[in-house]
Amino acid sequence: MCSVQVTAPMKINPKAPGISASLPAPIPAQLSTQAAAAPRHRVDAREDAPWVRFIVVAVAVAFMGLFVVLPLACVMTEAFAKGVAAYFAALTDPDTLAAITLTLLAAAISVVANVVFGVIAAWAIAKFDFSGKNLLIALIELPFSVSPVIAGLVFVLLFGLQGYFGGWLLAHHVKIIFALPAIALATIFVTFPFVVRELVPLMQEQGTEEEEAALSLGASGLTTFFRVTLPNIKWALLYGVLLCNARAMGEFGAVSVVSGHIRGQTLTMPLQVETLYDGYQITAAFAVASLLAQLAIVSLIVKVVLEARLERD
Amino acid sequence: MSTAAFLRRRTPSVIPGFGLTLGVTLLWLSLIVLIPLAGLFLKTTELTLAQFWTVITSRRVLHAFELSFGLSLAAAAVNLVFGPVVVWAVVRYRFPGRRLLDAIVDIPFALPTAVAGIALTALYAPSGWIGGLLAPLGVKVAFTPLGIFIALIFIGLPFVVRTVQPVLEDLDSQYEEAAASLGAGRWTTVRRVVLPTILPALLTGFALAFARAVGEYGSVIFIAGNLPNVSEIVPLLIVIRLQEFHYADATAIGAVMLVASFILLFLVNGLRRWSELRIGKRT
Amino acid sequence: MKISIADVSKRFGAFAALDRVNLEVRSGELLALLGPSGSGKTTLLRIIAGLDWPDEGQVLFDGEDALARSAGERHVGLVFQHYALFRHMTVFENIAFGLRVRPRRARPSEAEIRARVQKLLGLVQLGWLADRYPNQLSGGQRQRIALARALAIGPRLLLLDEPFGALDAKVRKELRRWLRDLHSEMHVTSIFVTHDQEEAMEVADRVVVMDKGRIEQVGMPQQVYEQPRTPFVHEFIGESIMLPVVVLNNTVHFEGRPIGVDAQGAPDGVATLFARPFNMTILRDAASDSLHGEVRGIHGIGPARRIDVALGGTQTVIEIDAPRSHNCAIGQLLYLRPAQYQLFPSEF
Repeated sequence: MCSVQVTAPMKINPKAPGISASLPAPIPAQLSTQAAAAPRHRVDAREDAPWVRFIVVAVAVAFMGLFVVLPLACVMTEAFAKGVAAYFAALTDPDTLAAITLTLLAAAISVVANVVFGVIAAWAIAKFDFSGKNLLIALIELPFSVSPVIAGLVFVLLFGLQGYFGGWLLAHHVKIIFALPAIALATIFVTFPFVVRELVPLMQEQGTEEEEAALSLGASGLTTFFRVTLPNIKWALLYGVLLCNARAMGEFGAVSVVSGHIRGQTLTMPLQVETLYDGYQITAAFAVASLLAQLAIVSLIVKVVLEARLERD
Repeated sequence: MSTAAFLRRRTPSVIPGFGLTLGVTLLWLSLIVLIPLAGLFLKTTELTLAQFWTVITSRRVLHAFELSFGLSLAAAAVNLVFGPVVVWAVVRYRFPGRRLLDAIVDIPFALPTAVAGIALTALYAPSGWIGGLLAPLGVKVAFTPLGIFIALIFIGLPFVVRTVQPVLEDLDSQYEEAAASLGAGRWTTVRRVVLPTILPALLTGFALAFARAVGEYGSVIFIAGNLPNVSEIVPLLIVIRLQEFHYADATAIGAVMLVASFILLFLVNGLRRWSELRIGKRT
Repeated sequence: MKISIADVSKRFGAFAALDRVNLEVRSGELLALLGPSGSGKTTLLRIIAGLDWPDEGQVLFDGEDALARSAGERHVGLVFQHYALFRHMTVFENIAFGLRVRPRRARPSEAEIRARVQKLLGLVQLGWLADRYPNQLSGGQRQRIALARALAIGPRLLLLDEPFGALDAKVRKELRRWLRDLHSEMHVTSIFVTHDQEEAMEVADRVVVMDKGRIEQVGMPQQVYEQPRTPFVHEFIGESIMLPVVVLNNTVHFEGRPIGVDAQGAPDGVATLFARPFNMTILRDAASDSLHGEVRGIHGIGPARRIDVALGGTQTVIEIDAPRSHNCAIGQLLYLRPAQYQLFPSEF
């Protein structure tokens, strides 16, 4: 064997080992001279010019600052506008406390309902192959694209005085509209897809081999679910719960339509914010709002942590 | 039998619980979502076509639809421009505060709409931080359609960012490197190689932001001023009609809204499929 | 345990995965299901395991209907192709799983479970990995843990789906011998699926060759290799030379000329002659009743050389093995006659 040198190696400026992306010149000679004239450091083909980078980051930060950070900062300053004492006085008002209790209750009901339904639906969708599956998924995600006001409206039309079951409910002294049941129903409606949509992709990706292994080792269906499937999806489930809870506690439109706005009884925290605000109790309104904002921020932090955790699995 | 073929397992499986879990899923879905939504349409049929038409074409209703759809479109368009800028900064550059910037994109999702509503109102009111700056220039934001526009930009932002972000993150560097090695300048590469790849995701995000904005209620009503024929959005009009016990009117307007959101959902699903096809992901 | 599979068929839509399969598995033997992908071997394994059901036919375990029992009731140890280890459990807990999920009265005590798992870990020589998680193990280690987990339930039958498929070549060789030794120690009836003929030949007591949902041949490795019953088996197992020939009056003709071999009772007509590359004898002298052709290429290292021969006036190039001692050069004319061969009449 002998090696044959076909062409003499091209002379390249050692300071420019990579071919720069932004150089238009197709001729090597030109590239070489240009590189010699203006020494460049190694440039990634995907790297943008520094001034482009600066402008893009500046625009992004300014846009986010204006539309996202400022409103959040505004909530906090307004809440404490009349001092710490006024802030805590607003939060310990009996009507506000009742609103907090109702919010926690409605959120708890919708989280439990959606976890049970979410796991069951995800099992059916992810572990089996059946026709009509895509339609079923689309129907489950439907509440996302329905206006919250309509979510409230449909329950008024069903259970309200002029609704389909209104007369019957009145005759049997069952209160749904303007009471907890309707608030819970409306909340479940708007949070309906949250848990399922986190579980389905993960469970589909994990397949059925581990379940088959457990079954062939003699485990029952339920044992297989609780000891093999559930541990594999627990972080995604928690993630779904987090999103579901955040939305449930913050839901305004749907709950507003079915609540009846009875102070101290059927007002959730967001509705309490509205009532206080409309009553010109601005500081109190922002105090309750700040509580909700803090909840949102905590949810976001937990979300980032959970996402890191999910990625690791 | 066609009904038997539908929702039937294609291949039998050793995994237990198909009938039970699918049954529970269908039952619960029907009770919470399908029957209530069907109830709305059923209620609409109690109106004659003429009555329905009168409600829908009244000046106030038409104006509300015009306002809701027009401003939602405009706000989604703003996000279509600024969303990708945020995505590009977060995905492609390393700078202090990048992770924070990424995290706060979700705030409009996470912040209860009523909280966002009063915060934006306080900011843009003539006495507010931003409203105070604009007032001397004669620009009024709060209690005008411009305020609605601002609120709709706020709530739509995460939809565009979170739809485009994963696509840009997964974009293989080979394409841009290939374009660069073929002599394309940076801007040409972005315009001719990157943009077409993320286009379906961009449009999906746009449609999602638009759909959300059309139905939005909480963050808008505080800043809107809610003047009939000026700054009254459709969801608010439904609530007002309900409070006046004009159930038929509320139902008719609601039915139109619902049909609009179905059409949008259909559009979004089509765009998603296109997007997955474009980036070569199997569905 | 003895297994009888009778007339088992299974379709997926229009595709026949298994087409009236009959098979007897002897007690204590190590059987290989060998075939290309889509031949139905994995489907058959899953049916025996209870993870799939046939459309027709019977599966008997020691004369008893196995199809009436669920996967968990069959006491079959199953090793999945990708192991299917429980990712959130330690190696120890993975192996103990089958014992822990037993109904309370049949469940061994904690001490017994520990002892049993330790013993199995010793058997697969991985005692030091007990507290690791599956994603901290190498492929070969996962494979052995999956086997230990399957053995923990004291299976009457051990099934392995492509047990070495996901491993690199060196580990695969080691594990093959190890599985062979383990089987001769334990003597539990075992069936494994593979598409690798070398693996089947080396490890199994008997080999079942499958194609397109049918069993082509069942036999000892040597038997299947030396006396393939069908053209598919000849072609799939080992290397083959295939020549289109015509049988006339019990003599074999290639390109219109007799080649000096006996038709072995094959009927007159078109047929294919199959031979192994090393069974081609190079004749010392020119002979008119033989295959002949020009040497086109010589390659290979080691004791034997591979020679490409372009036969007669055709474009047919065959590869034959020749001892290194045999001198030949490119362009030289060679006279060949198969020492061992088989004739399969072509089907019309």
